[in-house]
Amino acid sequence: MEEFQVIDNCLMIKLPEEVDHHRADYICRNADRLLIRDDVMHVVFDFEETKFMDSSGIGIIMGRYRKISCFGGRVYAIHADERIQKILKLSGLTQVLEVLYD
Amino acid sequence: MTECRNLEERRSKMKNEMEILFDAVSCNESFARVAVAAFVTHLNPTLEELADIKTAVSEAVTNAIIHGYENYHGYSGRGESQPAWCEVHPGKVRLHCLLKEDMLHIEISDKGKGIDNINLAMEPLYTTKPELNRSGMGFAFMEAFMDELAVESTPGVGTTVRMCKKMNAGAWIKDED
Repeated sequence: MEEFQVIDNCLMIKLPEEVDHHRADYICRNADRLLIRDDVMHVVFDFEETKFMDSSGIGIIMGRYRKISCFGGRVYAIHADERIQKILKLSGLTQVLEVLYD
Repeated sequence: MTECRNLEERRSKMKNEMEILFDAVSCNESFARVAVAAFVTHLNPTLEELADIKTAVSEAVTNAIIHGYENYHGYSGRGESQPAWCEVHPGKVRLHCLLKEDMLHIEISDKGKGIDNINLAMEPLYTTKPELNRSGMGFAFMEAFMDELAVESTPGVGTTVRMCKKMNAGAWIKDED
């Protein structure tokens, strides 16, 4: 559970090395539980350890965004490498997802 | 000059093929993409080529598992386990790769429920399973990361996805010599 941390009103999610459908369920379920329990406003996705992501990762971010956007919450991505940024851009997600650079 | 012709000849004769059949469960998604990546390593692909292929294979295999056979949950620890009430579809996914000259052909097929409307399924952001946090970007990613994509499907019979990508075979020949 150390992958999920609530700091102030932000939920920080440390994504695994490979983000695919196999891992997506675990991430979504834990994230959603904390979103409700801890009254989270914003979600930060940390890609530091992520070396692979497919469209399942897009689904994870989109789903969380839908849950918090109606309360004015935002989604952020940090430590995304070039590959991840390319996938985020290609999906059009960068319109709502703010990619923060180091 | 003769050397040149030999290289051309070798290049045109190069052919390598592999096929794997595996259960339609989510832990095999990473297995499938790593297997294809390993299959092409001797060509010295660039990191970008490898990442493109892995993403495309992952998309196609995931589609077969969750849409073809509707096996939503996987096995193993860490929370992603199969709920007890869920029955696992015993279906198999077939992965076939052919390297010919400098083209990589990938064929991923299942005997699942098939796609009713392929054009609609290929629309970006269209998904039949938004409740599963699917983005609807699978086919769009396959199209973006591979050179060619063809989908064939018959409802109730199964789906076959064919993809091609041109590999930088020149570099491989140079390295061999």
